[in-house]
Parts: sequence; structure tokens; C-alpha cells
Amino acid sequence: MPHSASRSNHAVPQIVVDHLTLAYGETVIQQDLSFTVSRGDIFIIMGESGCGKSTLLRHMVGLDRPQQGDVFYEGKSFWTVDAATQARMMRRLGVLFQSGGLWSSLTLGENVALPLQLYTRLPEHDICELVALKLALVGLSGFEEYYPYELSGGMQKRAGLARAMALDPDILFFDEPSAGLDPMSSRLLDDLIVELRDSLGATVVVVTHELESILAIGTNSVFLDADTQTMIASGPPRVLLQECPHPKVQQFLRRRAPV
Amino acid sequence: MSDPLAFSCPPSEPPTLIVHLSGQWTLYDSLPTIHDVERQLERMPSLQRVAFDAQHLAQWDSSLLAFLLKVQELCRTRELTVDLTGLPHGIQRLIALATAVPERSSPKRVQPRESWIAAIGTLVLSILDRAQHLLQFLGEVMFALGRFVRGQARFRRADLALLVQDCGAQALPIVTLISFLVGLILAFVGAVQLRQFGAQIYIANLVGLGMAREMGAMMTAVIMAGRTGSAFAAQLGSMHVNQEIDAFRTMGIAPMEFLVLPRILALTLMMPLLCLYADLVGILGGAFVGVTMLDLGGLQYFQQTRQALTLTDFFGGLFKSLVFGVVVALIGCLQGLRCGNSSAAVGMAATSAVVLSIVVIVICDALLTVLYDILGI
Ligand SMILES: Nc1ncnc2c1ncn2[C@@H]1O[C@H](COP(=O)(O)OP(=O)(O)O)[C@@H](O)[C@H]1O
Ligand SMILES: [Mg+2]
Repeated sequence: MPHSASRSNHAVPQIVVDHLTLAYGETVIQQDLSFTVSRGDIFIIMGESGCGKSTLLRHMVGLDRPQQGDVFYEGKSFWTVDAATQARMMRRLGVLFQSGGLWSSLTLGENVALPLQLYTRLPEHDICELVALKLALVGLSGFEEYYPYELSGGMQKRAGLARAMALDPDILFFDEPSAGLDPMSSRLLDDLIVELRDSLGATVVVVTHELESILAIGTNSVFLDADTQTMIASGPPRVLLQECPHPKVQQFLRRRAPV
Repeated sequence: MSDPLAFSCPPSEPPTLIVHLSGQWTLYDSLPTIHDVERQLERMPSLQRVAFDAQHLAQWDSSLLAFLLKVQELCRTRELTVDLTGLPHGIQRLIALATAVPERSSPKRVQPRESWIAAIGTLVLSILDRAQHLLQFLGEVMFALGRFVRGQARFRRADLALLVQDCGAQALPIVTLISFLVGLILAFVGAVQLRQFGAQIYIANLVGLGMAREMGAMMTAVIMAGRTGSAFAAQLGSMHVNQEIDAFRTMGIAPMEFLVLPRILALTLMMPLLCLYADLVGILGGAFVGVTMLDLGGLQYFQQTRQALTLTDFFGGLFKSLVFGVVVALIGCLQGLRCGNSSAAVGMAATSAVVLSIVVIVICDALLTVLYDILGI
């Protein structure tokens, strides 16, 4: 793979978020966010609903421009480089959107194949094989000819995951992967995430408030707070559970109702 | 049946008002208003505490809850303590739930009313903002076109073929119908006048010139704005709502190249062809009136048409339709990409694409007509 050289560069953290301020127009959502994600992490972004987790994700993957601050991938600034370099960097990221974001006018097979057709010179036959492989990885083999609307919510999420993996990205971003899934499917999805991280050697950033997932698979995390509009804790979730003194974090991780 | 709301004030320390709730408190009953409580509180200024008695309460739902929340609010402003223990457990829990999270004050700010000067300023700024967006959009389209010309643009050839089919062949039936009728109408309007002078044959000139120079291009543009421009806006708009556009962008696929470029190419290519077709069908419509109602011979009619029309007339109309094609495609895509994040926004994008397209088409037509006149075309 062409990026194997950068992968072996273990000294630089994979993602550095540097004093990021997120805003929609004039409305500031979160400010002064700084944290690093190391290679191989399953990094959790947590917080109550509406605190700006999805917004942070959108800024990290380059969909929205931060009001202030920058994001560094492998030490390279994302927001100060030209558009072509940005597009190249974005191609190293795979994103699974909160609503799936599958291209509704294409079949599942075409959804996964499209990035491959556009960015590789592989013959059609090889692409078909790769598509079948990616769909098999998420447990959807044989669904190539289905359109997204013909699938259940959980299947759409998994198909979105297959598409996010189409170009073998270095970093996978998930926005609430298990939202709206039954406990069984969401457990399977967690297992799948860990499995993919281990087998692909990818780094994973997950937005979620599934307590089980956070404690089961998270290796590092930040906690965003809507009231103070910034992060109030960061570290491995299990350590936060034991040691973080902040009452909000404790409430969240122990699922106690606010008193 | 007793009153659903009653008050009593047994001597106690501190002085307490007991609110007796009884009977039915549901959304379908006519209920006492908060003013009854307010009046009662005003009558007793020495009160310090409000308690409830719900022993005779039969049935209740959220209407009672809303009422109690208002009572609580009232007591807070008058600095009275509220004792909820007399209420059923369910209600107590619901009240606790409803008051657990304090009302969010910051993000959704209420706009203060602006003075008219400020309103004008805001309007001007928003127009400037839109103009900037438009220029940026046009710039990006030019950029994408440049990449297309150099063969670097990334889009699916199959998409382009489908779009060409949709903008071309599938529009033929409606274009046929409308152009035939327009030719027919032009002929009728002229016939009434020209028959008075026995100059019916000049109907051929009227219809031919009218269709070739003006109506062919105009009618196809209006049809395509309604059928294809709005479809572009709705497609791109709903893709935006579904995060499909975001998905393209994170893959490093520029929506401008992948989605907008093929649409603009398809419509711009097909529009002149449709226009030419509309011209011919319109002339047929005129001939139909000429032959069936004005006793003109078919051959005679076509000979007259050929004499009346020059290639310049046709090309003038075709150039117009090319411009209109660009206009309809650009506006449809622009409105779609600018669409907000709701289903209502998708509808609005489609509607405004049609309205704006038609307005701009008519303006462009006027400008081009004046230009042709100056150039002597
Ligand atoms: N497109 C938008 N425009 C303006 N405000 C937005 C937009 N999207 C989200 N917000 C606001 O940003 C805040 C954070 O939203 P989001 O990141 O979706 O929260 P969550 O943590 O639940 O993912 C919310 O208060 C929401 O109202
Ligand atoms: Mg979210």
C-alpha cells in the first residue's frame, strides 16, 4: 500500500486536534477543544445529546471549517493546505454518517464500488471482488443488487460501514453507529468495530452515548459539555469512570439521573 | 358534581392555601384557568405556602400537569413555597421530570425586533451574501468545466447518459404537445386578422418566424424549467438532507464535478435539440390550422414557410435555447445545493428553482432580442 511508509511513522500521533472552535454562523457550539488520537485507538467522543459531538466529527473530517484552530493528520495541518491536498487527505478517512448517508440512487454494490472506480485503475472484475469482500465483512454478502431503501436501519448502517472502508482508510469515523439498533445488533457492531481495527490496523473515532460500547471498546475519549461549551474531561473511559471527579462525567458514565 | 377546583384555608402555621382538585382533569373537559388561582392568591396576601388535596381527583392527564406547572410558576414569582405531597405519585414524578432540566437560554436566541433601517441593512447584506454565493458557485462550475475539458473531471459516464436520456428523449412527448398547440394558437391569432385582407398565406410567415425566433426556445425552456430544473433541485436537495453530499465530499469527490457538471452538460446539450424539434412541431401545428381551416394547400404552406425563414432565424432561436439550457441547469443545481436541512426546504428549493429559472429566462430573452435587433439578426 502506498501509505505504508506513513503508517510506520509511530512517533507522530495520528490526529491532533488543536484549539478547535466550532460554530454555525455566529452560534458557537464548542470552543477550545484540544486532544490527540493515537494510532490504533478506539477514540470515543461522548456527551449529552445536542452538545456538539456530530459537529466535532464534521469538523474533524473536513466537512465544516472550524472558526478557530486546526486539525493535524500525521503532523500535517488540514486547514492550511490547498484544496487538492485536502481532498487527498480526506480520502484517507472513512466516515459512517449518523443517517447512513448511502447514495440512495445506487445499489449497495455500486455504493461501495464507486470510490474504487474513481480512484483506482482496477479492472471491473477486481472491483466486483473487492465489493463482495467488503460487503461480506459487514455481513451483507449477496446484497449487491439491493437499493438502500430496501434494507433495514441496521443493515444500512453496516452497508455504510462497508462503503466507508472502500478505500481502506487509515482512520474510520462513526457517528452514533448503534443509534436505533436493537441491543443485539449494536453489540455485534461493537465487535465488528474492534475486529476491523485489529485486522485493518485502522484508527477509529466513534461518537456514541452507548455506555456499554464506551466502556467495552473505548481506549481513549473526550467528554463534551453543552453548558460550558468545551471539553470537561479526556482519557480512557474506564479511567474516567474510576478517577474523574467531574460530577457530570460521573453521572454520564454511571447513568445516574441528575439530582 | 363538585367544582374541579376549590380552595380552603384552614388555620395553620405557616398560613397555607389548600387547592382541592376533584373530578375529571383531562384535555377533553373544560377546565378552570390559572386566573382562578391567581385571584385567590391576591385575596390572601398573608399566604406563605400552597398545598394540594387530590383525594377526589378521578381522572387526569397532561392538562392537569400543565395547570400545576403554571401554579408552581405563579408561586415562584410570589415567593410562596409549594407542597406537592398531596398529589398522586405519578403527577409528582412527572413534575420532577418536567422541571429537571432548566430551560435552555443561550443558543436559540430570539431576534429582537429591528427598526426599518436595520431591516434594510440586513436585506442588503443578505443580497450581497447571495451574490457572493452565486459568484462562488459560478466560479466552481467554470473550474469543473475546465477540468472536464482537460479530461480530468470525475463523474460516471453512465450518469451522464441517463441524464441525457431524461433531459432529451423523455421530454419529447410534452414538448410535442405544447409546441403543436403553440403553433396552432399562433396561427389562430394571426388568421383572424389576415383573413380580412385575404392574406391567409402569411400565416406561414407568422408561425414560422414566431416559432423559430422566439416561441420554440421559450416554450422548451419553460417546460424544462418545470420538469427538469425542479427535479435537479429536488434531487440535490434531498441528497443534501440525507448526508449523501457529505458522503461524496468525505470521499474527496467534488459534488460540483460528480453531480452538477453532468446535469449542466446534459441539459445544455439537449436544449437546442429540443428547441429545433419544437420549432418543427410548432410549424406543423400552424400548417394544421392553415390546411384545415384556411383552405391553404400543404405544399403551398411549406413553400411559403421556406421563403419566410432563413437559417439565421433558426440559429438565433437555437442560441437562445442554449443560453436557457445553461440557466435552467445552473439554477436548478444551485437551489438544490443551497437547500436547507428539512423536507420543507427540499420543496422550497424545487419551487424556487422553477420560479427563478422562468424569471431569468424571460430577462435573458429580452436582452437577447434587443441584442439581435442591434446586430441586425
Ligand atoms: N446545521 C446547523 N445549523 C445550526 N445549528 C446546528 C446545526 N446542526 C446542529 N446545530 C446545533 O449544534 C448543536 C450540536 O449539534 P450536534 O453536533 O448535532 O449534537 P450531537 O452532540 O447530539 O451530535 C445543537 O445545539 C444544534 O442545535
Ligand atoms: Mg449527533
